[in-house]
Amino acid sequence: MSAQSAKNADLTTVIGLEVHVQLETDTKIFCGCPTEPTDEPNTQTCPVCLGLPGALPVLNEAAVEAAVKVGKAIDADIPEETRFHRKNYFYPDLPKNFQITQYDEPVCADGELEISVGGERRTVGIRRAHLEEDPGSLQHVGGNIDNADYTLVNYNRAGTPLMEIVTKPDFREPEETRAFLEKLEEVLEYLGVFDASRDGSLRIDANLSLVPSDEVDDDGSIGTDVLDSANRTEVKNISSHKGAETALQYEEGRQKDLMRRGKAVEQETRHFNETHGSTVSMRSKEEEKDYRYFEEADLPPLQVSHWKDEISIPELPDARRERFQDEYGLSDEAASKLTSTKQVADFYEDVASEYDADLAATWVADELLGELNYRDMAVTDVEGRLDEVKRLVELVAADDITAKNAKEVVLRGMLDDGDAPDDIVEREDLGKTDADAVAAAVAEAIEENPDAVADYEDGDDGAINFLVGQVMGKTGGSADPGTVNQKLRAALDE
Amino acid sequence: MSDDIFITRETVEGADDGPLADTTVAVKDNISTEGVRTTCGSEMLADYVPPYDATVVSRLKEAGATIVGKTNMDEFGMGTTTETSAFGATENPVAPGHVPGGSSGGSAAAVAAGEADVALGSDTGGSIRCPAAFCGVAGIKPTYGVVSRYGLVAYANSLEQIGPLAPTVEEAAALLDVIAGPDPKDATTRDPERSAPYVDAADGDVDGMTVGVPTELVDGADEGVLETFEDALDDLRAQGVEVVDVSLESVEYAVQAYYVIAMSEASSNLARFDGVRYGNSGGYDGNWNEVFGEAREEGFGAEVKRRVLLGTYALSAGYHDKYYKQAQNARAWVKQDFDEAFADVDVLASPTMPVPPMALGESLSDPLTMYLADANTVPVNLADLPAVSVPAGETDGLPVGMQFVAPAFDEATAIRAASALD
Repeated sequence: MSAQSAKNADLTTVIGLEVHVQLETDTKIFCGCPTEPTDEPNTQTCPVCLGLPGALPVLNEAAVEAAVKVGKAIDADIPEETRFHRKNYFYPDLPKNFQITQYDEPVCADGELEISVGGERRTVGIRRAHLEEDPGSLQHVGGNIDNADYTLVNYNRAGTPLMEIVTKPDFREPEETRAFLEKLEEVLEYLGVFDASRDGSLRIDANLSLVPSDEVDDDGSIGTDVLDSANRTEVKNISSHKGAETALQYEEGRQKDLMRRGKAVEQETRHFNETHGSTVSMRSKEEEKDYRYFEEADLPPLQVSHWKDEISIPELPDARRERFQDEYGLSDEAASKLTSTKQVADFYEDVASEYDADLAATWVADELLGELNYRDMAVTDVEGRLDEVKRLVELVAADDITAKNAKEVVLRGMLDDGDAPDDIVEREDLGKTDADAVAAAVAEAIEENPDAVADYEDGDDGAINFLVGQVMGKTGGSADPGTVNQKLRAALDE
Repeated sequence: MSDDIFITRETVEGADDGPLADTTVAVKDNISTEGVRTTCGSEMLADYVPPYDATVVSRLKEAGATIVGKTNMDEFGMGTTTETSAFGATENPVAPGHVPGGSSGGSAAAVAAGEADVALGSDTGGSIRCPAAFCGVAGIKPTYGVVSRYGLVAYANSLEQIGPLAPTVEEAAALLDVIAGPDPKDATTRDPERSAPYVDAADGDVDGMTVGVPTELVDGADEGVLETFEDALDDLRAQGVEVVDVSLESVEYAVQAYYVIAMSEASSNLARFDGVRYGNSGGYDGNWNEVFGEAREEGFGAEVKRRVLLGTYALSAGYHDKYYKQAQNARAWVKQDFDEAFADVDVLASPTMPVPPMALGESLSDPLTMYLADANTVPVNLADLPAVSVPAGETDGLPVGMQFVAPAFDEATAIRAASALD
């Protein structure tokens, strides 16, 4: 029974991803132009990335280094030698009307990435990951790609190093792709080769097909003949994790609906419309693409095998999470939060090295991340102020201010007004009242409230709360209520 | 007089002094010159003015050379006669009524006519050596990787090199000394150890040298050409050279392999000329594929279109293995054949061209005959080797060139052998 006729049978969804990520290097992959985004069009260009006649590409080894790091992180095979090919096609954003990319000898092959979906760990196979150059970008004026009055080309992006990561068709649910993309991004950021905040830094093509569930082997694998006989759609123009999930949910529903109605799924390329959360057919009858790949003779093959040993990568999120649980005695939840980005994890370890690990975890994972999250901010937004956050933890650890004031007054003031913690403490007079002052206030409160004292001595324990309130009033709220309670009892029980 | 040699006459002064001070240089019009239009002999680039200098042009300027103009050429280097130029043919200054050879016909003619002391050409399948032979001047095709290609508008980038043309081998070698050497802008350049300047090798001292003559490159050559070639071999023998016959079986396939590879690469290299930034970009209807097609139909000449189409075909799915891959296998075989030959001889010699210069207009209508005229030069490009063409005499008043081919990066040996005929 073919997938097309599986009208009433159970269907299994099969998804594979092609993820394009911009690698963060200072300069472009084949020339010395900066990659830093700029608003002024066509200012970060040179003869090479403009594809001027006679210009030649020279490989930026930093891009290869970044690719090798990715390869190590996904446990891929890195060949002895890697080389580049030309992918020939005409498109107005492509300066040379061919793209320099990799074909039969990609820099990384056969890797994997472990993801967690609904608390369950799964391994996603990665078929290959290769380097290529980004094309320029188009601005369609007065319409879309089909009906614009005219189109402007901006070559600033042309030549930005891209890594295309191609997974095996290992996803069975759209939500798994989201988990994969989140994990991938986390790993790339840990490696320091990717900047998610850069516009267009992540672009995803996803393909989805449905196969009869009874064709799925017990171990979850599916034969290539089964996959080949199922018509597949490729969805382009996905630019976010959520977008991938939405587009694939739509596509899954659309295909299931077609099959239920006995109609065939057409093998085609579809465009994701992010606004509507739907996919639309790009071209009704697209001829099969023939990219006429052949070797790029301008770039000699590059020996990369030794790079694998020479290039080191930092501890990756999974390993670090486990280590945080062991080393600092943190819960899985806290360790996960604290390893969500390399910057958070680095900051936590910095704080934990000087103060109590639990206190550090509370302040980084709960208070700081909580307040940032509430403000729709990330740690990257307070990058230059982490020393101030650390100072705040120091004040709390030294018992100089109360935890409550530290969070509600100081941390919020820091984030909302940009003030330094010590300035806020001084301005708001949050310094804890010293012991003598508390002792004096306790003595005063006992002397001024003989009725409450009598009630307490008669066994009415609630009277103590009244007295604590009196002391707190006298100290302007800066005393610690627990301490006051203790001191009152001590004085009264004498 | 000589109005047909330059596409653009423009004087560019170099540094005040240097090895080429007081030397005038003509530059082939596919080598980028900042601020001076670089047309490649094509309508498509008739208005293209590069914003940068090719590395070789920078080196000429630093060496004090005076550039006198950009020379005529077959469109994008695709031709053996300089007649495919969109700017008209160039007449051979030493053989009136005949072609100067190609594709660097303007550069060879400029030297032969005394319009420039020396010239730069480029050689993809013989484009320096053929016009050098036809115009009675010396020309050097360096080993692939000796001279930077940065700024050379690509025709077939795995095959081509920029090289010098000059009245004598010695002057050509001196120009090679200026332009050779690694370039960080061309990843295919190499830095072979050079014990002495190339010009020092032009001492004519061939006593004791063994010269191999590949029978495949002599059989079928024009009789007058062969007589001149044999006379030159006798001259060499008289100077102490031992001449031996060798066989290069693979060269039988070289022309086919060369054209498949060159056309395939050309189809990709010339794809950027789509009317958006080069050529006529306005006034067409249709989607952009159709507009690109119109711009290319209008901007390219017949020979360029022929080669781009054939190259596209050779790389297409279903044909790639049959043509492109086969051609690469043949290329590897040719390389190996040369390597083996050099185990027994110091240098190989053959007529540069199997025929004397054709009459103007004679070969344009017959591309296949024109392609076959490259039989002796293309194997050298397939094998990435250095070769020198030197005037060997005349047949019926038409110049005949002799080609010396040396092992990779051993320019000196080819220069030394050729200089014995200077």
